[in-house]
Amino acid sequence: MGALTLAPLLVGVAPFGVIYGVLALRSGLPAPAALAMSSVVFAGSSQFLLAQLVGMGAAAPVMVASVGLVNLRHALYSASVAPALSHLPRRWKLALAYLLTDEAYAASVTRLEQGGPNRHWFLLGAGLTLWSGWQISTASGILVGASLPRDLPLDFALPLTFIAIVVPMIRSRAALASAVVAAVVALSCAGWPYQLGLLSAALSGIVTGWLFSRRGVSC
Amino acid sequence: MALGGLLTFLTRLSFIAAEGRVSVPRWFRAMLPFVPVATLTALIAPAILRPGGSWADPAANPRLLAGAAAVLVAALSRNVLLTLSLGFATFLALLWLG
Repeated sequence: MGALTLAPLLVGVAPFGVIYGVLALRSGLPAPAALAMSSVVFAGSSQFLLAQLVGMGAAAPVMVASVGLVNLRHALYSASVAPALSHLPRRWKLALAYLLTDEAYAASVTRLEQGGPNRHWFLLGAGLTLWSGWQISTASGILVGASLPRDLPLDFALPLTFIAIVVPMIRSRAALASAVVAAVVALSCAGWPYQLGLLSAALSGIVTGWLFSRRGVSC
Repeated sequence: MALGGLLTFLTRLSFIAAEGRVSVPRWFRAMLPFVPVATLTALIAPAILRPGGSWADPAANPRLLAGAAAVLVAALSRNVLLTLSLGFATFLALLWLG
């Protein structure tokens, strides 16, 4: 059941997997590492971010901090599903935590809140379906990426993908202010070592957006 | 990468392991919507305006023009593949012309 509910979401996820596979190779990650990242990290936005940071030559602590920041939202999902899973043995909790992605959460949250003794199977089905789809699509991306001409300036596809993700998110003045501040700080601090400017820019943008939203300014 | 993976896993596990004894602070919840917006914009801006680390001439910067086109397509269509393909086509066309 969880697998069926998740299946339509794969249509949206698969292109990202393919794009990730192509771009990870291009940013200098070896194919086995690019593929392994889909199992080890298993988080689309973090993987794009890591591919970009590898290409930029960022320092390891900056990479880890950025991934931590981008994945903070998963703590929310974790809090949201926790009551429904509290009766389960530890191995279930560990497995479901690994599979707790944006999509698996979105597909399962209603069902988990409804209750019922077998609801954790629903999350497991959704999670495993997404996992398989993600592995297959990144593997195809890596195969496609290896056959593309070397001189195609594909590095620019990553910022374009980010634009496609961010622009629809900017629906309030707070979000706009957050983006503007992040851009200005990122541009002025781009010369900082280890890409620390990027981290400062992200944090300034987050705090700006938060301050704006607290003042109740929105449109 | 292994550290990034471990961190992702621990974040997802955090509240499941705490079994609902701890609730999410409000300020934390209020900041989350801005995390992707700020982080991704912080990556986009330098990649477009300072490619390779130095400021590019805005009048002759194909990344700036293609990026602007992509912002427009994204705002109108909200479609990732369309934004990526039109933005990249613009970029290639500008490189070819320039």
